[in-house]
Amino acid sequence: MSTTAVPDVAVAPVDEGFWTRTRKVGLVLVALGLLATVLFGALATDATARFTLSEDAAGAALEIHGTFGAVLFGLITLAAGGAMLAGPPKRWFIPLLAMGLVGFVLSFLCWQVSDAPAGQNFMPLVNIVRGTFLLALPLIFGALAGVLCERSGVVNVAIEGQLLMGAFSGALFGSISGNVWVGLVAAAIGGSFISLLLAVFSIRYLVDQVVMGIVLNLLALGITGFLYERLMQTDAARYNSAPRFSNWEIPLLSDIPVLGPALFRGNIFLYLALLLVLVIHIGLFRTRWGLRTRSVGEHPTAADTLGVKVLGLRYRNVIMAGAVAGIGGASYTLALFSFTKNMIGGKGFIALAALIFGRWSPTGALLAALFFGFADQLATYLGAINSIIPGQFLAMLPYLATILAVAGLVGRVRAPAADGKPYIKG
Amino acid sequence: MEPGEIHALLGENGAGKSTLMNVLYGLYQPDEGEILVDGKPLKLRGPSDAIAAGIGMVHQHFMLVPVFTVTENVMLGAEQVRGGIAGFLDRRRARREVAEVSQRYNLRVDPDAVIEDLPVGVQQRVEIVKALTRDVDLLILDEPTAVLTPQETEELLTVMRSLKAAGKSIVFITHKLGEVKAIADRITVIRRGKTVGTASPEASRDELAALMVGRTVRLTVDKAPATPGEPVLEVSGLVVDDERQCRAVDGVDLTVRAGEVLGIAGVQGNGQTELIEAIMGLRPVLAGTITLEGRSIDGWSTKKVLRAGVGYVPEDRSVDGLVKEFSVAENLVLDIYDRPPFGRGLSLRPDAITKSAAERIEQFDVRTSSAQAPVGTLSGGNQQKVIVARELSRPLKLFIAAQPTRGVDVGSIEFIHSQVVHERDIGTAVLVVSSELDEVIGLADRIAVMYRGRIIGIVGPDTPREEIGLLMAGITPDRDAPATSDGEAPAPEGPGSEDEKA
Repeated sequence: MSTTAVPDVAVAPVDEGFWTRTRKVGLVLVALGLLATVLFGALATDATARFTLSEDAAGAALEIHGTFGAVLFGLITLAAGGAMLAGPPKRWFIPLLAMGLVGFVLSFLCWQVSDAPAGQNFMPLVNIVRGTFLLALPLIFGALAGVLCERSGVVNVAIEGQLLMGAFSGALFGSISGNVWVGLVAAAIGGSFISLLLAVFSIRYLVDQVVMGIVLNLLALGITGFLYERLMQTDAARYNSAPRFSNWEIPLLSDIPVLGPALFRGNIFLYLALLLVLVIHIGLFRTRWGLRTRSVGEHPTAADTLGVKVLGLRYRNVIMAGAVAGIGGASYTLALFSFTKNMIGGKGFIALAALIFGRWSPTGALLAALFFGFADQLATYLGAINSIIPGQFLAMLPYLATILAVAGLVGRVRAPAADGKPYIKG
Repeated sequence: MEPGEIHALLGENGAGKSTLMNVLYGLYQPDEGEILVDGKPLKLRGPSDAIAAGIGMVHQHFMLVPVFTVTENVMLGAEQVRGGIAGFLDRRRARREVAEVSQRYNLRVDPDAVIEDLPVGVQQRVEIVKALTRDVDLLILDEPTAVLTPQETEELLTVMRSLKAAGKSIVFITHKLGEVKAIADRITVIRRGKTVGTASPEASRDELAALMVGRTVRLTVDKAPATPGEPVLEVSGLVVDDERQCRAVDGVDLTVRAGEVLGIAGVQGNGQTELIEAIMGLRPVLAGTITLEGRSIDGWSTKKVLRAGVGYVPEDRSVDGLVKEFSVAENLVLDIYDRPPFGRGLSLRPDAITKSAAERIEQFDVRTSSAQAPVGTLSGGNQQKVIVARELSRPLKLFIAAQPTRGVDVGSIEFIHSQVVHERDIGTAVLVVSSELDEVIGLADRIAVMYRGRIIGIVGPDTPREEIGLLMAGITPDRDAPATSDGEAPAPEGPGSEDEKA
């Protein structure tokens, strides 16, 4: 039961020469390692860098001598890079890359924390983890909306608009009804409304999906901006003071050090985001719906010849995506702030980058969103300790990483084959 | 259709065979008329109705998701699920089913292989498995042999016979007469959307061909013996990669002389495309030399190569040969629009372009409503004539034609072939690449067979087809050691085999 009768079909193997991808990345890591060891090591001070397991300077902490730490972690990066230069088996690529990058970040932190003004030589890990997730939250919802859409072959550039519409309807209907759940449902419907427009125009009327997405973002900005000024601001107490979800503490899990207080004393949106990642991942790869969705995104004609309703499935997925993004928008207005004009401020586009960085997979999207969130949070932290590194520079790095990822540095990034292509029967 | 019958549907390209079958499979809706199954009219609203009625189809372009495994492709649309509304896939059961069907009909398909790693011949068998697991009684095979080597074709015919023995009916769509005669129980010939006759497989090739095209055509090309002169194109030790950085041309040596036709035979995807593109300056040469009348043309731009007296008919006319939205007249001057008399300075000379177009259209028998009609509105054969007309309008030293008659009707094939021969007779060196063995045999004075990026044999045009067929599959008859890497006898092998594995 195999095709062993087929002669070995390998053509002349690809001759990459000495500079394979692994070696190139290894070279970059060696450079980073040297930079960390020498520069961070030299700049770090004798102060002890403390990584506290709480929200402030108090309590248990991981401690390390500043210079020693910066040099040690720099050497770890150097070692990872060196190992990659030696040309190890393929499966070592990801672990070594991770080791190298983590080493570099830790070396950098040892320098920064030890170099902070006296009394501030500590980094509260709980705050950092919590902040990372908080900042990543809209990105996770947005990127998941992208996954649902694009896996079925519709490009979703309208994530920004879906988030914004969700945030607005959540705030408005939550305020009017005085009920958070009504607000949540309204947010999902608001996001779906933008999605529905995307679906109708791109699936039924074959409008270019990217152009349509951009137009919808502007439309969402226009509608919510108008209603904000003309309706909400006339009576903010009535229209823009939605009740907020309170934090739910999950028993047992919330007692885990660092992760417990950071993650398991959060609000419904945090739990929902993590749950959705899991559900969509299982859905895509283990269920009939997922198989059909992926087939429609890769080869709609094939799916059609097998009786899969291509257009129906695309409508359904696009609208579901809108609902997910809408809830993501509500994670602002039903938990943190009242609605303001353009309050999403480009997070939808960053979610799009997270989607690509995460290679169109739910778990990848989660990790990418967390990476972006961490960079953001780190920038904030560095600002607080008066670092000489400008926070903006750090905030820029994730996008640089996305460009490198798209350029194929960390493995081939392959979008669903039929992504963005309308399906026309016959 | 009777149960257990193989019914061939024969017709030229564009005769309506595939459209008819797509209607039968529910993909298109009939404007008029009805379909009867077991005497009852059947209304097909979509492929799922067709499948439910026991009709399965293997399309000309495979309907397989390249990134899915065999099992996933087979289960798609008819998934076995557990867990109620959640619909978890029952992969184990589907896998078993694939293995079972594959074994029962000796299809040799690995349920866990990923489609894009498989050779075309195997992909086709996956398509057949897909239909069989849906319990079809009638299997439609749309041009199944177009992409197969002669040996793979032979295997497919064996599979078809075993299906027939199991009581399945098969509709076999093709325009290849030899296969029809080899396997069909009954033949229906279609021309311009109408049934023009039924025949039995005993009918002669000429009779069938005449039915197909409506008039008697010559299946061979009339030509005088060649009088080869000086070498015009010399290629030696050429190495070229394809776009995936896989070795596509691996040390090719070739000489084409003035006044002869060198034909390159081979299954598609064995490096022919890359070889021609390297000669035309469309693809970087990694090693080796290409000379035109003794001068190296390595590193020349395509424009410079064309201007040096090379005519080029690319293999895919819609992508590389024509600008579909442009008019016939414009397409006829795509290569020399900037030269007098068609252009001067920054401006074009529409009068000269139109006048020359009228002449070419007349001379090359291009059937078009006007010279200003967009070339995309012409039939395949006439589009191809436009390209041939353009390329042969310049004085040439070398004429390269890749798949010159692919998707072209028989009448145009005849015309294009006579133009190729005429070009040879006036002393041009001609290089013809074709995956149609008959075409190469008919046109060429010498035949080079290409296999996995190498020329594995150069033979005369009177060599038996079977011998060339074996060469195309990588087997050299005069040596004990076959050219296949593991020494195995004729095995399924095809263009897809070049894929991915590297």
